Amino acid sequence: MAELTGVVGIGQTKYAAKRAELSMPGLLREAALRALEDAGLTWNDIDAVVIGKAPDMFEGVMMPELFLNDAVGGAYKPMLRVHTAGSVGGSTAVVAASLVQSGVHDRVLTVAYEKQSESNATWALSISMPFSVATIAGAGGYFAPLVRGYIRRSGAPDDTGIRVAVKDREHALKNPLAHLQLEDISFEMVANSPMLWDPIRYLETCPSSDGACAMIFANEELARQAPNPVAWVHATEMRSEPTMFSGRDQVMPQATLDNAASLYKKAGIQNPREEIDCAEIYVPFSWFEPMWMEGMLFAPTNEGWKMTYEGATKLGGELPVNCSGGVLSSNPIGASGMIRFAESALQVRGMAGEHQVDGAKKALGHAYGGGSQYFSTWIVSSEKP
Amino acid sequence: MSEQESDANEPVEMLRMPVELDYTYSAGTSASRFLRAFAEGKLLGQRCPVDGKVYIPTRGSCPQHGVPIDGEPVEVADKGTLVTYSIVRVPSENIPLELPYVAIQVVLDGADTAMHHVLSECELEDVHMGMRLQAKWKPREEWETSVGNILYFIPIDEPDAPYDSYKEHI
Ligand SMILES: [Zn+2]
Repeated sequence: MAELTGVVGIGQTKYAAKRAELSMPGLLREAALRALEDAGLTWNDIDAVVIGKAPDMFEGVMMPELFLNDAVGGAYKPMLRVHTAGSVGGSTAVVAASLVQSGVHDRVLTVAYEKQSESNATWALSISMPFSVATIAGAGGYFAPLVRGYIRRSGAPDDTGIRVAVKDREHALKNPLAHLQLEDISFEMVANSPMLWDPIRYLETCPSSDGACAMIFANEELARQAPNPVAWVHATEMRSEPTMFSGRDQVMPQATLDNAASLYKKAGIQNPREEIDCAEIYVPFSWFEPMWMEGMLFAPTNEGWKMTYEGATKLGGELPVNCSGGVLSSNPIGASGMIRFAESALQVRGMAGEHQVDGAKKALGHAYGGGSQYFSTWIVSSEKP
Repeated sequence: MSEQESDANEPVEMLRMPVELDYTYSAGTSASRFLRAFAEGKLLGQRCPVDGKVYIPTRGSCPQHGVPIDGEPVEVADKGTLVTYSIVRVPSENIPLELPYVAIQVVLDGADTAMHHVLSECELEDVHMGMRLQAKWKPREEWETSVGNILYFIPIDEPDAPYDSYKEHI
């Protein structure tokens, strides 16, 4: 890519079950205004807008970008909408960054959101198809059999998922924007919560949240004028694969392994576990932390659970994961991927507040979606490449 | 329909505006043959010309190799192996099953792809990977061009399939 690109502004809403005081455009605007404030910019400084959200079927509003664009200053400017299922927040950031990296635009605003209080995601994800029987109740219904497959092949202890669930909720207590603030979170509390999609318990799942996340990208010259520290984009990557084919590894899809290898190559990273200081990984069900520790090549095959078990992924551990509380603590679906990207950028800017990883210089942002078939990732750093 | 009868000065926070969608589905050549065979109690798959794997249901193309699957149909058994599953205790308006139910992925004998279905007539604590299953069909007079002709799968008295024989399907 020709142009070195940096994140100069980040804005997030407070995440909550119901932001009833805000309309959908109001939700996006809250995040976008905070990003402008962080960047010391006004609407006029933005050249183009990129909007992302998960399936339109969720809120039942088709092509919502049509009525949202003006609320985020997009009138008369180039506007794009991105959609790659649950990974969309990540791929939206990748697309927005690429518009600056390619030299097409100098400064781009991107916003991703979901208003789950106006939506029924489980309904939208359980549509019956003419060539199959409807058995999959929402995302949990889809992913639970894959989690069972991971447990079988890795021999991970049954309580690995419980430990992730506790850890991410403890992290969330340090993030005032996080939706779930479970002061009394404990191993027993998660273990005793009801089984929803066996082997996934209630407290091992993400909440349903309203929220939006925004970022502003600028080229090197304009980024130099930013009032706050810049997170430099070292590399971005995306991969996809079909939902179903014979012999598909549904637990550890080829697309995640290809994505990780290519991302690290582009970023000049030889040993991700040593060179990356912290990561924000898309973990909507707790077991996906150990799974993506392998999927992002931090751990050898079938050993991702050991990182969780050894406490390596805790704040203060060897590779802190989801210091913001992660998707398990806030899940405005379309924004969830962008929050991972934004939180990784906040870490290297030294602006993560109470959940800051001391001295974080290089961080990974990660999102996945569909039937574990869309992957988008990036590496950001406080230092130029 | 609004919920604003309270105070005229209160903001309107939520309107209920239901959307209805009716679909007309054109199955295409391949899926039509699959569905017509289903109406006669037969399960028809087709081989991918690249790797020879048997796909069921057939959709006319191979998702992995991006080539047409248009060869002769291959009949597949109505019994097979449970490769993975979840016991579902969460309701969804679109799924008319009583909770809890066992959502399964089953690989039919002679097929190389897993089907999503439901396991019934089995105690929950007895469900396990590798168990052998048989389709339970609706009464013949109720068969139509629908995968719904199979009500659910039931366990059969056969030894479990070894893990290595089905692990590539998870
Ligand atoms: Zn093929």
